[in-house]
Amino acid sequence: MTTTRVSSVSPVARADSPLRRWINRNFRLLLAYVVMLALLLLNVVLNPRFFTPPVITSTSNQAMTLVFAGMAQTSVVITGGIDLSVGPIISLCNSLASALFTESVASAVGVIVLLLVVGAVCGLINGLIVVYGRLQPIIVTLATSSIFSGLALVVRPRPGGFIPGWYGDLLTGRVLDWVPNSLIFLVIVVALVWIPFRRSRLGMWVYAVGSNEGAAYLSGVNVNRAKIAAYVMSGLFSAIAGLFLSASTLSGNATTGAVYTLQSIAVVVLGGTSLFGGMGGVAGSLAGAFSLRLINGILFFAKVNPLQQPLYEGIVILIAVVAGASRIFTVRNRLDIMR
Amino acid sequence: MTDLTSAAKAPFSLRTWFTRLERQDRSVVVAYLLIVVLIAAGTLFVTPNFASPTFLLQQLRQASFLGIIAAGQMAVILTGNIDLSISWTLNLAAVLATSVAAGQDSQLIPGLLVGIGVGVIVGLVNGIGVAYLRIPSMVLTLGMNALLKGATVLYTGSAPQFQKTPEFLSQLATQVLWDIIPVAVLVWAAISLLNIVVLHRSALGRKTYAVGNNEVAAYLSGIRTPRVIIGAFVLSGVMNALAGLLIAGNAGRSFNEMGEAYLLPAIAAVVIGGTSILGGSGKYVGTVAGVILIRLLDAGLSIMSVTPAARQIIFGLVILGMLFLYGRGERVRT
Repeated sequence: MTTTRVSSVSPVARADSPLRRWINRNFRLLLAYVVMLALLLLNVVLNPRFFTPPVITSTSNQAMTLVFAGMAQTSVVITGGIDLSVGPIISLCNSLASALFTESVASAVGVIVLLLVVGAVCGLINGLIVVYGRLQPIIVTLATSSIFSGLALVVRPRPGGFIPGWYGDLLTGRVLDWVPNSLIFLVIVVALVWIPFRRSRLGMWVYAVGSNEGAAYLSGVNVNRAKIAAYVMSGLFSAIAGLFLSASTLSGNATTGAVYTLQSIAVVVLGGTSLFGGMGGVAGSLAGAFSLRLINGILFFAKVNPLQQPLYEGIVILIAVVAGASRIFTVRNRLDIMR
Repeated sequence: MTDLTSAAKAPFSLRTWFTRLERQDRSVVVAYLLIVVLIAAGTLFVTPNFASPTFLLQQLRQASFLGIIAAGQMAVILTGNIDLSISWTLNLAAVLATSVAAGQDSQLIPGLLVGIGVGVIVGLVNGIGVAYLRIPSMVLTLGMNALLKGATVLYTGSAPQFQKTPEFLSQLATQVLWDIIPVAVLVWAAISLLNIVVLHRSALGRKTYAVGNNEVAAYLSGIRTPRVIIGAFVLSGVMNALAGLLIAGNAGRSFNEMGEAYLLPAIAAVVIGGTSILGGSGKYVGTVAGVILIRLLDAGLSIMSVTPAARQIIFGLVILGMLFLYGRGERVRT
C-alpha cells in the first residue's frame, strides 16, 4: 500500500526523521485522504443528519461499486497500463447475475463463484493479448470492451431480470445498527484479495514492471506473468464491482456499467496513483472513490439546482484531476517533464 | 550501370514490393485491401447493390462525419496524445450553434462562428494543459469531457432541446449533387486534402511526427513542441465542432448525447489505418481507409439485421484482428 518508488513526488522537506520520511514517501496518498476528509467535513456541515446510520450506509453503498471499479483500474495502472474494459466487465457480470440468480442460497453461491471466474477470465484475455500480442493496452482493452459489452447485451437485451432481495440486503444492509455491510464486505475483499496479492512476489513484480520494465526484466522479474496477473486482478475486482452493483440495483442492465470505466480512471488519479505506473495502490483509490461520491452528496445537500450538478461535478473532477496528475509542480527539469 | 539496367529488367514482383514497403505503408495497403474484400463479401453475401456507386457514395456520406472527427483525432494521436473529449465538444458546439442560428439561414454565420469557437477554445485548453501543465492527455480530456457534458446539460435544460438546424446546414449534411455526389463527402475530401498537405508536405507536419516520435529530441532540435501539441488539439477541437454541425444538420436538429457513438470508432479508425497509438507514425490515407472500413462493416451488418450486441462483438474482434495483422510492438528487453 505504500509507494515503492521514492521519486521526486513530494515537495515536502528533505529532513530525515522517520516520520518525515514516511510522510514524504506517502505524500500523494496522504493528500488523497486529506481531500476525502475535507469533503466529508463539508458533507457533515451541510447535512447535520450525516452521522446517522441510514445516511452513512447509503453513502457507503453508493460509493462501493466505484471503489471496486477503482481498485480494478489501479492494479493495471500500477503496471503502467490502462484497462478500458472495467465498465463492460461490470456490465457483463451484472447482466449474468440478473439472468442466473434464483431465490435459493446454494445456487447464489454458485453464481457468485461463476461470476468471479468470468471476471478473472475477461481480465486474463486482456492480459494475454497485451502481453503475447505485444499490443498497446489502451487499444486492446478498447476492442475487448466492445466485445464484453456486446456479450452483456446478448445476455440481457432489455433491462430487468431477477436478483433476490436477501442478496441485496446482505451486501447493502447494516449490522449493529451502525456498520454498513458494504464496508465489512470491502474490508473482507481487501484483506482476502488485495493484501495477499500485494505482499506476494507477484505483487512486488507488478510494481517493478510499472516502475521500469527493462530493469525489472534484467533483475529476473517475469514481466509477462506480472502483467497478466495485473489484468486478471482487474477483471476480478470488476466482477466484484458487478456483484455489488447487482446487489444495489437488484436488476440487470447491460449498459449501467459503462460509466465506471472513465470514473475508475478519475478515481485512480484522485487516489494519487501515477498513470505512468510503478506506484500507488488501492488505499488511495479507496479515498478517491469516496471523494467522488461525497462530491455528489455535497451538491445535493447544498441544494444545487439538479441541472447544474453535472457541470459542478465536471468542474470538480477536472480541477482534482489536473491537480493530481499535473507534473509541472513536482518535476523541475524541463527534459524530465517530457518523458 | 549494368546493375541498374538488370534491376529494371527484373519482373515486377508484388511480394518484394510489399515487403520493401515501410511498416506504416504496409498497413495502409492492408487496410485498403480489406475494404475491397469487404465490398466483395458484401456483394456476395449481403446485397448485390453493395458495390454500386450510389450505395458506396451514400456510405461515404455517412462516413464523412466520422472521417472529419478521425482527422482531428489522428493529429492528436500523432503527437503521442489522445483526445477523449470528442463526444461533448461536438455536442456543445452543435447545441450552441443551432440555438444561436435559431433555424434561420440569416443567422447561420454567427451560429457557425460560435460552434467553431467552442472547438477552438476546447482545443486550446486541452493543448495548453497537456503542453505546458504536462497533464496526461487521457486524464485531462476525460475531465474536459465531463465538464462539457455538464455545460451542455445545463444549457439545454431538463428536457432535451430539439433545436432545428438552419436549412443550409441540413443541405450541407444531406444534399446529394447531381444525384450522385453527397456534399458532405466533398467537405470531408477538402479537409482530407488539407490534412494530407499539412501532415506530409509541410514543416508543421514534420514537426508533428517528430514530437510524437521523441518529444525531448524534438525540443532539443529547436522545435517549439508546445505549439505543435496545442496546434494538434485545436485542430481536433475544430474538427469535432465541424462534425457536430454536420451531424446536427443530418438529423435536422441538435440533441444531447449526439456524440457518444463517435469516440470509440474515431480512435479505432485511426489505429486500424495504421497510425501508432504511441504517436510518431502513420499515414493520413490510412485513417481514411479505417473510417471507410468501419462504415462499410457497420452498413453490411445492419443490412443483414445483425443485432447491435453481435455488431459490437464483431467490431471488437475486427479491431483486434487488424491489430494482430500489423500493430505488434517490439519486445521490451532493456
